[in-house]
Amino acid sequence: MRRHALLALPLMLGLLAGPALGVGLPSEMLPDPAQEQRARSIGHELRCMVCQNQSIEESEADLARDLRRIVRERVAAGDSDSQVVSYLHDRYGDFVLLRPPFTFATAALWGAPFIALGGGLLAILLLRRRRIDPVAAAPLSAEEQARLAALEDGAAR
Amino acid sequence: MSENTATPGRSLGRRRALMLAPLGLAVAGGAGFYAMLRGLGTGSYDPRGVPSALLGKPAPAFALPPLAESGLPALSNTDLADLPAPVLVNFWASWCVPCIVEHPQLMRLSRDGVAVFGVNYKDKAGDAAAFLTRHGNPFRRLGRDEPGRAAIDWGVYGVPETYLLDRKGIIRWRWPGPVTPEVLDQDLRPLLRRHA
Repeated sequence: MRRHALLALPLMLGLLAGPALGVGLPSEMLPDPAQEQRARSIGHELRCMVCQNQSIEESEADLARDLRRIVRERVAAGDSDSQVVSYLHDRYGDFVLLRPPFTFATAALWGAPFIALGGGLLAILLLRRRRIDPVAAAPLSAEEQARLAALEDGAAR
Repeated sequence: MSENTATPGRSLGRRRALMLAPLGLAVAGGAGFYAMLRGLGTGSYDPRGVPSALLGKPAPAFALPPLAESGLPALSNTDLADLPAPVLVNFWASWCVPCIVEHPQLMRLSRDGVAVFGVNYKDKAGDAAAFLTRHGNPFRRLGRDEPGRAAIDWGVYGVPETYLLDRKGIIRWRWPGPVTPEVLDQDLRPLLRRHA
């Protein structure tokens, strides 16, 4: 059993390596590995406009390949990461960014988790208070106190 | 403190309101979905639609070579400023099937005197020329963008794509996908009138 697991290990590693290799052909890559690494991390932040839910580094689409080439061109030309991103942002708008920027239009998107969390906490607090309230409430009326005293008297006797 | 016991009617009303809350939520959600589906049907809502980043801006700088076989003049951004009337810039390719669907609409616009400029995207010159011979030529000018770089400067993410520029050369409208007869009548014609 254990040996089987060991045999499967290279296979599993292969599966892990698959997506990391992406679709980058050696001919597409920059000769400088540091620059290639930068280009890759920039590319992972940019949406492939054709497939819409993949980054340009992961996509096989023609346009994604063109955009990968442009990212590498800009990186090789000495642009900073943000300059490369804004080069494409100027052309394709917010949608090209896989992480949308915080603007008025995206405020609800970014705020939603906090609103949901806050709303949940508020609901919990309100429900808890209501549950505790009736127990703490209703102090004994004079009549009840007299009855209680009478009972206690009876018990003491 | 003793609010609950003092006003049992109000508490009951509140409880009933709380019980109706999920129903209200479901109704609101249902109405939202209905509106979405209706919009999908009529085309007014497109979840895959992406607004162009170039709206309200002039055309990006570009200069494309002509398609020699067509005999049409080439296209550059200098041809897209100070215009007598609004113009269309259409990105197309002979290998693009929706381009065939939209071609009759471009031909009709061209017959009506609208200036339609073409950008032939990632195409072979022979194929592009054959397409125009076969389906007709609606273009006044035609640039060849074989590497697809000018298209990226325009923010094109697939052919066909059509842009409307007003007389000052400002991009006012972008339609990704084929200009169908419906798009022509409901969107494009009113815009052409407004910017005339």
